[in-house]
Amino acid sequence: MIEVESLSKRFGAIQAVREVAFTARDGEITGLLGPNGAGKSSTLRMVYGVLAPDAGRVRIDGMEVHGETAAARARIGVLPHATGLYGNLTARENVAYYGALHGLPAARVRARTETLARTLEFQDVLDRRTKGFSQGQRIKVALARALVHDPQNLVLDEPTNGLDVMAVRTLRELLRALRAEGRCILFSSHVMQEVAALCDRVVIIGAGRVLAAGTPEAVRAERGAANLEEAFLDVLQAGGRDGGTSVGEE
Amino acid sequence: MRALLTVFGKEFRENLRDRRTLWSALLFGPLFGPLLFSLMVSKILDQNVAQADKPVKVAIGGEDHAPNLVEFLKAHGVEARPGPVAEADAAALVRAGKAQAVLVIPAQFGARFAAGEPAPVQLVADSTDAESRKTTERLRALLSGYGAGIVQARLQVRGVDPRLAMAVAVDDVDVATPAGRAVLVIGMMTYFVLFAMLMGGLYLAIDTTAGERERGSLEALLALPVPRAALVGGKIFATAAYMSLSLAISLAGFVTAFRFVHLDRLGMTANLSPFTALEFFAICLPFAPLGAALMALVASFAKSYREGQTYLSGVLLVPTLPIAFASIYALKAHRPLMLIPSLSQHLLMTRVLRGEPLEALDVLVSAASTLALAALLVGLTVRAWRRERMLG
Repeated sequence: MIEVESLSKRFGAIQAVREVAFTARDGEITGLLGPNGAGKSSTLRMVYGVLAPDAGRVRIDGMEVHGETAAARARIGVLPHATGLYGNLTARENVAYYGALHGLPAARVRARTETLARTLEFQDVLDRRTKGFSQGQRIKVALARALVHDPQNLVLDEPTNGLDVMAVRTLRELLRALRAEGRCILFSSHVMQEVAALCDRVVIIGAGRVLAAGTPEAVRAERGAANLEEAFLDVLQAGGRDGGTSVGEE
Repeated sequence: MRALLTVFGKEFRENLRDRRTLWSALLFGPLFGPLLFSLMVSKILDQNVAQADKPVKVAIGGEDHAPNLVEFLKAHGVEARPGPVAEADAAALVRAGKAQAVLVIPAQFGARFAAGEPAPVQLVADSTDAESRKTTERLRALLSGYGAGIVQARLQVRGVDPRLAMAVAVDDVDVATPAGRAVLVIGMMTYFVLFAMLMGGLYLAIDTTAGERERGSLEALLALPVPRAALVGGKIFATAAYMSLSLAISLAGFVTAFRFVHLDRLGMTANLSPFTALEFFAICLPFAPLGAALMALVASFAKSYREGQTYLSGVLLVPTLPIAFASIYALKAHRPLMLIPSLSQHLLMTRVLRGEPLEALDVLVSAASTLALAALLVGLTVRAWRRERMLG
């Protein structure tokens, strides 16, 4: 479970994140939805601990990210916006590197890598250097890397960027499977359909603020919109007008 | 510590697979010095030796007017061929480049010589031509040597002590020891050794910092439950390992080069035996973590690989500064100077090459001060990696 409490972050003159609060629960997929530059990435970066918030806090399974950093971080898998791999290492070595950095025994890393390669369907390129990989293959390896330590929580920043239809489908199935295992999944996107198709809960962010949150159905009904997309646009326009309202998380 | 070794192992292996980088780090960098060094020394040797052995080619006009002089010149390595007697003809010959110098012996030479009066000869040459100038210099020296001999004989015949004709006796005393003369060449060599070390770690230092950011692999790495000190430590350790490899290759190159280049023919003794090379390795090894930390620190502030390269090309010059300073002020190996990294390595290596004994304390002070600065720079790099701006 990821609990975010009134998180704020300023970069110079820009207030990137203002008192953002939400909870991503175990066994649910939570979507952070918002236009480009809304503060999604900054929020996620504070969640996985590479940015320190100016105010507010983040707890992973009850552990403070900024403080008990190592313990909290060991419980998250992260797929950042930039999913660079090491081109001169094979897919297997890329995954194994992270396994070793998590302090896992080599045998366990080996077994885990095989499993993930099977689930994510990249066994065929497992022992090839990642230099020439397609974007889809890269994301799969990066995802395996993020999951190598079998984390309870998974944070993904725009994971479907640059993926083809088949790869998106594989990713969705994987996320659903992880949800079925009772894990907590938090991902960001600016693509409406993706969120609508996948999420149990959405958090709509605009200009660094939470503008609406709840189940997709609740957000739609709240706005009296025909579908989630209209509700999303309505929320953003309202947010631009009055500085944002927050629909409570029931 | 385990994480540090994991990072080290991964960076070491990944760099080993990059053939282009490896080529520059372990071949071009370390062997550039020995190659350039032996080329330069052989060139100097060739020039000097050739100059001394080459016969002076001169056209002589009116050989018959002074057969003894001409004999003397020939006996002293002058290759004479018949030349014009008229000054104008001689000048034309030199101008046309057909002769470097023409010695014209006029008809009255014999008569004046016999009368004990100054016997004239004309030396026609082009002073703007370096080759011609060298020829005339040697010819002039031979002529005055011949003249001095004649003077001495004449004075003795007349019962006069020839020493009366020498008011001032100049005795050249050259205090340069053969090894001392080698110092310039040695200064060059020690710099090449340090340069080779930096080259050996250059790409890794950029690739593991600015390169990691540019590749987009940095953020996921920073999100791991691994202390930044372990990440930075592993990266610098790997860089230092390549620098040490490069150092070993460079020294092996120099040992080989010294075997083929005969420094003794330049009047220099600088022997680089395999044992000396081992001493050099021990002297320079502490410079590896220092150079690695310095490069990693600088490259950590670069936004891209290319920017990192630009910054580090400046860093490559840093070890030259103390060495250049040392040669300008002709610094000797004093203990306080052992506190200055790169300079202390230079001075210690120079000592070994001069055949002077090393003091253990000097070596210790050099290593300790170098490692202390390295530790400081590692600390600064860790701090740089803790900044949020590191994400780019």
